[in-house]
Amino acid sequence: MIIRVLLLAGLACAALTVMRGRTTALSLLMGRSAALLAIGVGAIAVLAPDLVTFVANQVGVGRGTDLLVYVMAVVFLLTTLALYSRAAAARHTTVTLARRIAVLENRLLLLEESDQQAHTR
Amino acid sequence: METVETHAALIIPMFNEASVIDAVVRRARSNFSTIICVDDGSSDDSADVAAVAGAVVVRHPINLGQGAAIETGFAVALRNRSLTHFVTFDADGQHDVSDALAMVERARRESLDCVLGSRFLGEARHLPAARRLLLRGAVKFTAITTGLTLTDAHNGLRVFNRKSAEQMSLRLTGMSHASEILSLIARHGWTYAEHPVTVSYTDYSRAKGQKGYNALNVLFDLAVNRVRAIA
Repeated sequence: MIIRVLLLAGLACAALTVMRGRTTALSLLMGRSAALLAIGVGAIAVLAPDLVTFVANQVGVGRGTDLLVYVMAVVFLLTTLALYSRAAAARHTTVTLARRIAVLENRLLLLEESDQQAHTR
Repeated sequence: METVETHAALIIPMFNEASVIDAVVRRARSNFSTIICVDDGSSDDSADVAAVAGAVVVRHPINLGQGAAIETGFAVALRNRSLTHFVTFDADGQHDVSDALAMVERARRESLDCVLGSRFLGEARHLPAARRLLLRGAVKFTAITTGLTLTDAHNGLRVFNRKSAEQMSLRLTGMSHASEILSLIARHGWTYAEHPVTVSYTDYSRAKGQKGYNALNVLFDLAVNRVRAIA
């Protein structure tokens, strides 16, 4: 059944999302396009629910609702993984900045100390 | 007279250890002239206590994790060009300074990039049975994932020379650093040896120490890190 191929392809995309660290211009475009497409498809599904059932039958799923659930499951996974990747990247940035501050303060302290020692001589 | 090591520094990551850090630093100062304490966003006055005891104190503006503290410690220590060796050391009194000294001397004598402390070659005082089992598991896991055959895969007492210290780059900020360092040894081909050390568990260190289930978090961190490395 076609639906299995499609769902597995969706999961493969999810796996790729985990692997890829960097947000590129392409991934940004793909994300935005996917969001707009989802909104468009959602609008159509609301206006023509029979169309959803028709599409579901074409790919080997009994009910339109079931197809919707399967698609939502894959989308949810992709979203969660992408957010997790973002959070991890943000954390790395935070750690780098905090370390920079710590090392700079330490250098400042050493400078102040050697300054004081120079003046008390 | 006790030997005072002037070309090796102790790097001590600290988090809320105000009650014990004074004794630890003072004891360490009898053998090491440079002690670098990295205060990982403590809410008590660990930083001030350590400074008064004679340590160089570096403060993280926020809590980042022990791995991050060690990485910061190395960053600061490496700036001092007179230092040839760097020792990671616990703040809670579990480690023995004379072991650190012996390991630095061994690293020099045998020209090793790393010397790793092993409580199972040495002595593990009052080690809880569950913890012992977990550590044995860690040894097997390390052998499978890195190919390194060690007797103690999770010891915080380790010596590095300038070569390995400069190549060290810890991405994992939590307790997983101990395992991350081992995979770095395997990846970079650093020469290493295990050295018997004494690790003393006290009521304080047991109460404050890592919970056994954190090992699962470490496994997760290592898995994600490995996936990222492939990507």
